[in-house]
Amino acid sequence: MNLAPDPEPALDRAERSRIVRDALGVGIASGAYGLSFGALSVAGGLSIAQTCALSLLVFTGASQFALIGIVASGGSPLSGALTGLLLGTRNTLYGLRVGPLLGWRGWRRTVAAHALIDETTAMSVNRSTRAAARMGYVSTGVALFVLWNLATVVGALAGEAVGDPRAYGLDAAVGGAFLALLWPRLAARRNQLVAVLAAVVALGLVPVTTAGVPVLAAGGVAVLVGAVRQRSIPDEPTLGGEDPDSGGHESGGRE
Amino acid sequence: MMWAAVLVTGVGCYLLKLAGLSVPGAVLERLVMQRVADLLPVGLLSGLIAVQVLSTGAELVVDARLVGLAVAVVALLLRAPFIVVVFVAALSAALVRLV
Repeated sequence: MNLAPDPEPALDRAERSRIVRDALGVGIASGAYGLSFGALSVAGGLSIAQTCALSLLVFTGASQFALIGIVASGGSPLSGALTGLLLGTRNTLYGLRVGPLLGWRGWRRTVAAHALIDETTAMSVNRSTRAAARMGYVSTGVALFVLWNLATVVGALAGEAVGDPRAYGLDAAVGGAFLALLWPRLAARRNQLVAVLAAVVALGLVPVTTAGVPVLAAGGVAVLVGAVRQRSIPDEPTLGGEDPDSGGHESGGRE
Repeated sequence: MMWAAVLVTGVGCYLLKLAGLSVPGAVLERLVMQRVADLLPVGLLSGLIAVQVLSTGAELVVDARLVGLAVAVVALLLRAPFIVVVFVAALSAALVRLV
């Protein structure tokens, strides 16, 4: 899996197999998540082909869940797409962090970019050598891509067999899924406040706007709070002092 | 329309990832950008939860979904894995609808 000639010493067998084992563990865990995505997507009204295309092309869980969640609740597909894209901006920041670490150029970078998500970032930022970081990134990326897409197909087929989503509480499952994604981000007080404020704004807009708008407005709340805080405290003593991992990965490795 | 949304999201999310690996850090590494990027998923996910659980169309509704969400909170406090959280949320809402 060594994708490029490497100036540093190669990994020894023990470390290599340890990294691959970890990658498989992460892949299997997210496979379970892919099952729920597949089932909920079909329950939300997407076809099996559209569901599978999302996992193949988008390949970043939170964005995919956002799209199907908004469509399921009656929002327009394009406002779902816009929300999905906004959630996808987080991967850009992961790239800033792991890009210099991985040091890929040309076609390798072009291919590697598709796998730039929470889990691959988490599995490569903490390595001490470039070879180990690349090994973590590639093995996690491959394991995730294969298992995530397989699980999506299985979940979509199962979801279609199940029938009426409301009878099985599948509409409530979407809320649970979003909460599980949000949960690891709620450690900081500031994030808790933004979460509450965003929810209130979204609910306030539900009766007066078309579906999809309330969620985008909730994202707008976060942007405003982020920007305003920056202006009101111009000389922050340490970069992201209260939240040392700001802009980085979650330890849980979930998206 | 749905296919267009699938493709737009796919291409857009890929370009966002590629930009992260390609763009020199200086532009996006500014503190304000970090903050916004850190908070954006929090706001969006929280908004999604609220809309998903407490509304139907343009109406605010309290129903079995809220029970599902409460059960999900308990599952998360007990450190349950993702699929368990989703499953118990669905199960509890379905049970409430049965009674």
